[in-house]
This record gives sequence, C-alpha cells and structure tokens, in this order.
Amino acid sequence: MPINILMPALSPTMEQGNLVKWLKKEGDKVKAGDVIAEIETDKATMEVEAVDEGTLGKILVAEGTNDVAVNKPIAVLFEEGEDASAVSAAPAEQPKTAAAPEAKKEEPKKEEPKVEAAKAEPAKPAPVAAPVPAPKANGAGVKVFASPLARRIAKERGVNLSAIAGSGPHGRIVKKDVESARPGAGAPAAAGGGAFGLPLMPDDQIRALFEPGSYDVVPHDGMRRTIATRMQQSMIVVPHFFLAVDFEVDALLKLREEMNSYAPKEDGKPVWRVSVNDLIVKAFALTLKKHPNANASWTEGGMLRHHNVDIGIAVAIPGGGLITPILRNAQDKPLPELAQESSNLAKRARDKKLKPHEYQGGTAAISNLGMYGVKHFTAIVNPPHSTILAVAASEKRPVVVGDKIEIRTMMTATLSCDHRVVDGADAANIMQTLKGFVEKPVGLVM
Amino acid sequence: MADNTFDIIIIGGGPGGYVAAIRAAQLGFKTAVVEREHLGGICSNWGCIPTKALLRSAEIFTYFGHAKDYGLMAEKFGFDIAAIIKRSRGIAGQMNSGVQFLFKKNKITTIWGDAKITKPGEIAVTAPTKGVLGPPVEGPKGALGAGTYKAAHIIVATGARPRVLPGLEPDKKQVWTYFEAMNPDKFPKSLLVVGSGAIGVEFASFYRALGAEVTIVELLPQILPVEDAEIAAFARKQFEKQGIKIITGAKVTKLDKKADSVTATIDVGGKAEMITAEKVISAVGVVGNIENIGLEAAGVKTDKGIVVTDGYGRTNVKGIYAIGDVAGPPMLAHKAEHEGVTTVEMIKGLKVHALDKAKVPGCTYCNPQIASVGLTETKAKEQGRQVKIGRFPFIGNGKAIALGEPEGLCKTIFDAKTGELLGAHLAGAEVTELIQGFVVAMNCETTEEELMHTIFPHPTLSETMKESVLDAYGRVLNM
Ligand SMILES: Cc1cc2nc3c(=O)[nH]c(=O)nc-3n(C[C@H](O)[C@H](O)[C@H](O)COP(=O)(O)OP(=O)(O)OC[C@H]3O[C@@H](n4cnc5c(N)ncnc54)[C@H](O)[C@@H]3O)c2cc1C
Repeated sequence: MPINILMPALSPTMEQGNLVKWLKKEGDKVKAGDVIAEIETDKATMEVEAVDEGTLGKILVAEGTNDVAVNKPIAVLFEEGEDASAVSAAPAEQPKTAAAPEAKKEEPKKEEPKVEAAKAEPAKPAPVAAPVPAPKANGAGVKVFASPLARRIAKERGVNLSAIAGSGPHGRIVKKDVESARPGAGAPAAAGGGAFGLPLMPDDQIRALFEPGSYDVVPHDGMRRTIATRMQQSMIVVPHFFLAVDFEVDALLKLREEMNSYAPKEDGKPVWRVSVNDLIVKAFALTLKKHPNANASWTEGGMLRHHNVDIGIAVAIPGGGLITPILRNAQDKPLPELAQESSNLAKRARDKKLKPHEYQGGTAAISNLGMYGVKHFTAIVNPPHSTILAVAASEKRPVVVGDKIEIRTMMTATLSCDHRVVDGADAANIMQTLKGFVEKPVGLVM
Repeated sequence: MADNTFDIIIIGGGPGGYVAAIRAAQLGFKTAVVEREHLGGICSNWGCIPTKALLRSAEIFTYFGHAKDYGLMAEKFGFDIAAIIKRSRGIAGQMNSGVQFLFKKNKITTIWGDAKITKPGEIAVTAPTKGVLGPPVEGPKGALGAGTYKAAHIIVATGARPRVLPGLEPDKKQVWTYFEAMNPDKFPKSLLVVGSGAIGVEFASFYRALGAEVTIVELLPQILPVEDAEIAAFARKQFEKQGIKIITGAKVTKLDKKADSVTATIDVGGKAEMITAEKVISAVGVVGNIENIGLEAAGVKTDKGIVVTDGYGRTNVKGIYAIGDVAGPPMLAHKAEHEGVTTVEMIKGLKVHALDKAKVPGCTYCNPQIASVGLTETKAKEQGRQVKIGRFPFIGNGKAIALGEPEGLCKTIFDAKTGELLGAHLAGAEVTELIQGFVVAMNCETTEEELMHTIFPHPTLSETMKESVLDAYGRVLNM
C-alpha cells in the first residue's frame, strides 16, 4: 500500500516548516535512511530521511513551499509493485512521519529538544493529525475550534478567535492561546474591517531566540499598541495596491514662495506660512472632491461616500510613534487657513495634546517623508480611509522635455489604495487629476 | 545496534518507568528498563495497589459492623490479619507479573540490577545487593544482568523512599515506615501515626477500622495539608467520630522505646504531651532516590532531594531525563506515568505539553475518601482570583442516602469572571472515582455553562458534582 510521507516535527514546538528542497525525484528508489528532502524551520535547516524502502511515487508538496503544517503528507512512497495509479487511492491510514535527521552523532550542544532518528514506527494506523489551521481572516463560514473557556476569555477581552492559531489538540484554541494574544491585540471589529490580534509566535518563543540579558524589554505604550493593531489589521484586511507618479513641482514651489511673500505680519513675523505639504493637501483634497467614489469608506453594509474631504496628516512624535490629525473640509479651506490649522495641529500632535475628535475619522491621508530625502515609499492605508498618499522629496532631476533634457524639480508621490473601494483605473485617474493640480497650481488658489 | 546499546534506557520500573518504556516501544525505540527489586515499582508492590487491597478489607469489615442498618445479620464476624496481608501481597504480585507480561508483549528488555550513570549515554549495572524485605530478589526470566549499557537517552525513574526525621528513625520493629505498616507480623493494638498526608491517614483508617487505637500527630494546623481546608476539616470530624485521636500543630520530640511499646513525647504549642502506643508509623513524606546513581558525576542538577527538570522531563544535562517521584511533587503514580509518556514523546519529536501541576488530581483512600484537583479556596484567593464557590453535601443526594453514605461534600471553585473551573474538592463515598469528571472538564477548559448543560445520570453520587456547580451560581436544586 502506498505510504504517505508526512512533514516531520523537528522540535516539540514546531507546527510548520518550509520544504526547501527535494533531494530525490519522483520515480527515484529510496532506502530507509536516505535523505530525501531538506526542511527548514525558523531555527534550522535539517534533512528528512526516508523511514521505508520504496519508490518516491509522487511529490505532493513542491520544493520551495513555505509553512507546511507538521504531519501534512508531503509525498507518497510506493512499495514494490505499486505505481501512480495507486496514488488516488493512497490512503491516509498509513502515514509515516519522515524520520527526522540523525541526531545521534551530532550530539548537539544546544538546549534544543533532540529529535531521535527512530526506526520506523510499527505500521499501526496513526491518525493523521489535522494540519494546524492557518490563522484565518474574519471570514464568514469559517468554523473556529476553541475551548469554551477560550471563547469566554476571548469575548471578554475582545480577541477575535479566527485570527489566532490554536495550540491544543488538532489546532484547537485553548485558554493559553487567547491569553497570549494580549488584551487589545484583537480589537473588536472596527468600521471597515475585521478584527485582529494575530500573534505570529508566542512571546516566549521569540525571546528564546535571543540570549537572555542581550536585550531590554520595553513595555508597549498605548500608542505603540494602537499602531501595531491598526497597521496589522489594515495589512491583513485591506487589499492594497500602489501607484507612483512623478510630479514636476517648480510651479508649485514658485506659487508657494509668492504666496508666502504676501503673508501679513505680526511683530515682524508672518502670520502664516504655506508649506509644500499644505499645497499637496489642498491638491489632494480638490482631487478627491472630483473623484467622490474614492472619497469613501468601506463598510460591510455599503460604501460610505463622504461629502467632505477630511485629510489626515501623519505627524511623527518625538521619541517614537505617530498620529494623524485631521484637516477637515480641506477642499473648501483657503490655503492660508489650511496652513495655520495644519501647523497648529502638528504642533499639538507632537506635544501629544490632541483631542480624540482631532485625530479620529478622516477620509484619506498623506504621509510626507520628503524632508528626510526619501526618494519613494509606500504607506499603509488607515481605515476608514481608503487612500493614503506617500509624498517623497522634491529634488532636481534631468527631465526629458520635448527632445531636450532639462533640469526640473521633481517629486514622486505614491498612492496606496483600498481595492475594495478604489479600482486601478480610478486610481490612475486620481493621480492624473492630482498631477494637474500640482503642476498647474493656480487651481489651488482659485 | 549492539546488544548492549539501546535508543532509550529507563532506570526504574515503577509506574513512571514502565509506562515510559511501553510508550517508547510503541514509538519504535529500542528500549530497556533497569530494575533492582520489583517491576511495577513502589506503586504496584508497596504503594497504591497493596494499600488499596488492605483498605478494601477494612471497608468490608466496616460494612459488617453496620449490617443491621441494612437489614442484614452478621453477628459473628472478625478478621485474620495474616489473610488480609496475604491477599494484599498476592495482588501486588499479580501487578508485578502484569508488568512483566507487558514488557514481553512490547519487546522491552529488562536489565536486572542496580544502575548507575557513568556518563551521559552510558550506565553500569551491578547485581542487586538487597531487597525491601532483606535478601536481593531474583529478576524475571530472560532479563539481562550486570554490565555496561549505552543509550542516547537515559530516563531516571528511580522513585522515592520514606523521609527519615531525626529522632524518628524507623527500626523495622517498633517504628515503622509504610513497608512494615503494610506487612505487619501481628495486628497492633495501638498505633501512633506521625504525619497526616495521604499515606498517614490511609494507614490510620485501615488500622482504626479493624479496631486499633489510633492517634495522628500532625505538625501543621490542618490534617491533609495539601487539601482544601474545608474538606480537611470535614475529614477530621469524620475521623474523630470513628475514634481516631488527632493532634495538630504538634511535633514528636522524643521516642522512648520499651519492650512492647513506644512512648512519644509530643510538643503541642509548647506543652509536652505523652502518648504510648504499640507501634509508631513514620509517615512524614518521601524523598527522591537521587543518590548513588551517578547524577553528581554527570553534573545533573538536583534540589532538595529531587532532580530538577523543565516540565518535559529534561534535566540540565543533554540526554538525561527524570520522571516520577524522583522529579518532584506531586508524588503520585499517575503523574509519574504522564511524565513518562510526555518525555518519550518529546524525545520522539512529537508535539507535547509541559506538565500542568494544577491539573494533576489527588486521591486519598481513607474513610471518607478524599479527591481533589486544582486550586484550593485559599490558594485561589491568594492568587487574587475572584471566586464563586459551590458546595453540595451528600445528604442531598438520593444515591448517597440509598447507599447509607450520607456523609460527604462536593466543593467547586470557579473564577467569577471567566467561569474557569479552578478547583474541585470532594470527600465521601467513592469520590476517588468521581473526580475524573472534573479533571476532564478542566482539561477541556469547560466553563460552568457546559457543566450545567451536561446530563449526569440519576441516581448517582456524580449528581453531587453538578449540584455543586449549580450552587456556585445560585441555582442548586436539591438543597
Ligand atoms: C503507601 C503508599 C501509598 C501510595 N498510594 C498512592 C495512591 O493511592 N495513588 C497514587 O497516585 N500514588 C500513591 N503512592 C505514590 C506512588 O507509589 C508513587 O508516586 C509512584 O510509585 C512513583 O512512581 P515512580 O515510577 O516515580 O517510582 P517508583 O514506583 O518508586 O519506582 C522506582 C523504581 O526504581 C527502582 N530503582 C531505584 N533506583 C534504582 C537503581 N539505581 N537501579 C535500578 N532500579 C532502581 C526501584 O526499585 C523502583 O522499583 C503511594 C505511595 C506509598 C508509599
């Protein structure tokens, strides 16, 4: 009867590994003890030995496959006289975990649990362990196995069970798993998305990778937790796509200079100063006004199409963290007013003095790393926004104008979109409109 | 593989060792067990099983005494201590050959003798020099003998032995350990039991049931110190009703031995008291067998008489593991067995969980029986838990009344916030058979809700379990 070769566990904690390489091809004869494949865990690469004799009949998991669950069949071994026609009938009743590598001679010095190259386990039917289920997004119809106590604690703490991996029998979620998911890590479903709290690896496993004493444990503050949760939520829930466009900003810079020269003065100091960012905010706001289907938030019940364009501006906070105060009705505000408001918000953001209504909500956002000389980057959409514009540095570049090379001041901006709200062509159109406003900035002041 | 080389060698054939060996054989390891006097260990030969045999005789004897209550006549009845002991020893022997059979069936090699680790991966075995009862015991047929043996994995499962307190040294004649208490030449008229743990109260129950004058002296303020205070107080009342004298917060300071009695001086809160008894049982705990097995030389870390392990049986030395009593409390056979299986599976690379001591049940077969799992009320509160506590007395249970066993209590402790079952504590008839229900519930992480939804059969003593849960949430029915 064909024998299933299963993904072996190299350590008691291993739940999945990567199949790096097959060292035998389909059709190759193998003997017990032959190295047939290489697998890799987070800790090491190790060889997989055959525990039976036969022909490698069928490879079920291709090399280069990552995160193969322990005990998942990775290949089928034929005994003498069998061939591929038996594969479809290959029963799961005779699984054999491939022997883990000869550990005896190496006498490892590490404190790792050693894996024994045992003789084949007597061919008694061992149940194929259900592959450890991968964490699932908050999809409808996905049955989550969790102990009653785990469910109770998850409910109390607002942890989404479908987002955590279970360590109990057959991948069942038990109390310990929920507790290590940390309160708050899986905030209950927020507008526009599922809820998350996805521990990639338990804390103690991560710590075990480093020498004790070689690091300090800095407790997370509320802002760090919020950033972690929201960004993780967004990257998992929001289908992102990105498009980058170069803008010529010489006209914009000139406009800025002229405007600022008209700024009224108090005590010899200008009352307002329009920054490049303010101009981009205004341009982006006017753009979204023209593309109302992108000035929207995804909800399960329907698209929220917003009447105003409220733009969040990402402000880095000294000592770490960031927050996005919102410039509301940016489309309607004259630039001097916008400039004053944004510098006021940014200052209070840096002092951590914002009130919740000043940073909650918004319909889109801008992140500007131009002052750091960044050439190009992408940002993560922060729902309920459906877009975020990543603005890089303005710099002089050689540009082909007609048939000549000229020096122009250029800036690359990259739009990240929530594909549930915005489609590719819409996004391209948005960038086209934006390019118009930026390169012919007179529209910003009319 | 050479004849003297194995994948796994286990030192000690007690419940830890023999179960580990069977699991190892099932997983395809070439396995050997070294034993020097009795396959099955203390548990089968001098512990769990033979004491339960003795207690069963005592229980039936007690029923005889209550025959009238059931409308029966048993006016002339008595006991023959020699026959009781013979039965107990016979059952121990049966257990012992049961292990031999299991080893044969699983192709596990027995090596007969005293084992000592010479270095990681190697042991030396010498012929046994003595047995519990004196002369060395012969090994089973087909066992290997003295020599050097090798294995990549050596599991130490050497068990424990009685703790000896200065001034209370056992002498086999008048000051007994459990060995002599289980195998007396003649029935003692009076007995002083020092220590009120499981072993102490079981012997107290046995001897009292058959008519001996029994006094228990306990150092701590509570008998059965590891049990919930309420249950221990309940048990104490029952013991005292049966005529057992109990002195707590007391210490034996001196023993004066005479030809046929011992007088103990006992310090009770600063006052000296004298108690004279024919025999003394020293039941002040057990200590791990960590000496003379080569642990020091191999560099294995020990602490206060036990081998230090990591919850999976691993010691600080690669390739050397420890399980069972020698690896520390709770020193119970089922804990030893569980550790044996976990350790072997971990060696194999299977997914295992570290031992969770909070889920190891404990059973004591005194009268009334005591059974518990998880946290006591005091411990739960010490941990800062908000608790909900349920209690149900056996008097409210039809089956208990029909059995004529209305004295009992089932107490449950829940986390008020999550409904987690933190502890269950029972005293009364057959509670040692009931507790597993709560152990399963705990392992499946049920909350009070699933327990309330579970239908318990009627009429059974187990209904007290459900009522106790209901009581914790103010919904008790039959009280
Ligand atoms: C009177 C009494 C009653 C008990 N009642 C219960 C009960 O009701 N329920 C319960 O769960 N537990 C009970 N116990 C405890 C239980 O017996 C132990 O927890 C259990 O036996 C521990 O198993 P083990 O395998 O660790 O060690 P043991 O059973 O002690 O076995 C160790 C074995 O190792 C052998 N050995 C030691 N050193 C060497 C060496 N160097 N070379 C070769 N062999 C060696 C010994 O001969 C012994 O056979 C009782 C104990 C006693 C004394």
